[in-house]
Amino acid sequence: MTVSANVLAWVDKRFPASKMFKEHMSEYYAPKNFNFWYFFGVFALVVLVNQLLTGIWLTMFYEPSADGAFDAVQYIMYDVSYGDILRYLHSTGASAFFLVVYLHMFRGLLYGSYKAPRELVWIIGMFIYLILMAEAFFGYLLPWGQMSYWGAQVIFNLASAIPVYGADLIEWIRGDYLISGATLNRYFAVHVVALPIILLGLIVAHIIALHEVGSNNPDGVDIKEKKDENGIPLDGIPFHPYYTVHDLQGIVVFLFVFLAVVFFFPDGGGYFLEKPNFEPANGLKTPDHIAPVWYFTPFYAILRSVPDKLLGVIAMGAAIAFLFLLPWLDRSPVRSMRYKGLISRIALGIFVICFVLLGVCGVKPPDGDFIFGLSWKVTGQICTAFYFLWFITMPFIPMFEKTKTPPERLKVTH
Amino acid sequence: MIRDDIDHERRKLFIGLTGAVGAVGAVGAAVPFVGSWMPSAKARAAGAPVTVDVGKLMPGQKMVVEWRGKPVWVIRRTPDMLNDLTKIVDELRDPNSEVETQQPKYAANKTRAIKEELLVLVGLCTHLGCSPLFKPEVDTAEFGKNWFGGFYCPCHGSKFDLAGRVYKGVPAPTNLEVPPYFYVTDEVITIGDDGSSTEEGVA
Repeated sequence: MTVSANVLAWVDKRFPASKMFKEHMSEYYAPKNFNFWYFFGVFALVVLVNQLLTGIWLTMFYEPSADGAFDAVQYIMYDVSYGDILRYLHSTGASAFFLVVYLHMFRGLLYGSYKAPRELVWIIGMFIYLILMAEAFFGYLLPWGQMSYWGAQVIFNLASAIPVYGADLIEWIRGDYLISGATLNRYFAVHVVALPIILLGLIVAHIIALHEVGSNNPDGVDIKEKKDENGIPLDGIPFHPYYTVHDLQGIVVFLFVFLAVVFFFPDGGGYFLEKPNFEPANGLKTPDHIAPVWYFTPFYAILRSVPDKLLGVIAMGAAIAFLFLLPWLDRSPVRSMRYKGLISRIALGIFVICFVLLGVCGVKPPDGDFIFGLSWKVTGQICTAFYFLWFITMPFIPMFEKTKTPPERLKVTH
Repeated sequence: MIRDDIDHERRKLFIGLTGAVGAVGAVGAAVPFVGSWMPSAKARAAGAPVTVDVGKLMPGQKMVVEWRGKPVWVIRRTPDMLNDLTKIVDELRDPNSEVETQQPKYAANKTRAIKEELLVLVGLCTHLGCSPLFKPEVDTAEFGKNWFGGFYCPCHGSKFDLAGRVYKGVPAPTNLEVPPYFYVTDEVITIGDDGSSTEEGVA
């Protein structure tokens, strides 16, 4: 035996290294027909590593205090060697994270990946999404610019709509009668320590749950039902080396695009880094127009569409809560859109269009015109109605829709 | 080895007792973690009442005082302004200041003030907390025929009259907040305390 084989054997007797590698990589059988949509999970992992690495490095130069935070960001941008690159990697990474996660979730909708037996994979994933939103919210205060301050102010005032306890709850979270250094300090701790730990735990749980039930695929067919004499799925291929190599190639392309944005358009036209945030926080002066960062705007638009403050907050919460219920709302006998009928496809199409339009509404002033004299406010209200209609009608669609029969084995088209 | 002399009832009791003690301990352990997030003694001290001299404030003028980091407006209203307050009652959501949280009892009157000419308001919109703009002019061109001066929030278009009362049909749900305040002398007021109790300012 070679030295490395000896070392491995020594370790394996004491720690299940080879066993875990086999279970999750070389003997984890994934369907052979993964397509383009299956890149986004691994991209999310790449962005996560980027956020962790650049985040750790940014804490080395940042100062979480009301007096020092804004200056520390300037120090990182202009004085720290490569500081601007580190910060742009982190800020662009936040937007990239949401982009790939939204596409990753869309893949789930397209191929019914949330359906039994993958309900927990979906629900754990939804929790990851919630923690990501919290990470983004807490992190956005840290540069201590005007948008950091007033964005947080608006979110705090949303919570004030909570009956009876709203005001006390806000005071407790803020730790002061206004957003102050005390708020900034705890946001820093939550953003860099507490939430990343929870996030990592959830991601491990997401993957363990996935590997327990096995990956879905574009045909929505269970590959575990057709196995060879060794118990290996006939339509499965080992994740390593097949998909590791396949994904590496995707990662290279992804990094080209990502780094092009980091190097050449780091503020994303004011959508990744908003203009008012280049001014230090000032509690006595509100910027003229407050809009959240683009990845929150669909939910912000839903909030604004409801004329009542409390009902608006409830609608925004419900917009996310409904996603958790998807595994039980979708009662179709088949998983994949490929075998569902026309109604399901049109419904998903409308839902996606409405979600994107809501995202646009959220950055526009409500009184402005969209098309045909339609104001952004009314557009948002129509899209909000269709957003919820998608969930509410979903359980009834199978009654009116004929589905196609999925094949016994996977079809692979080259 | 399977034993048949195990007292399961006794075992259940001890598991229950241990669990109960553990739960009490967990609640106790949570106290410092949760409690430390309350405003600190330093923040409470900074939130103390502020005293201002309003003697130099001319009729129609506004001054901004910082209290707990929030802008507090002090405005000396002209007789015309006070007169106009009664003209638009039908346009307002809460003309008689019935929402108790938005003003101390002594300001729940027609002018929302202790002495009617002097208006004291927290300058933050009750919708999402932006700071509204002071528009004292009777500018019907910009705000329509029922506008006799007031406050306009640039964020989401909420409108308030010169007593901080919210118009109907705007996103803000309630009137602007009147902070607790009292007159130390005729021309000096203290904001953040109503003079009768001691706990209000540092609650």
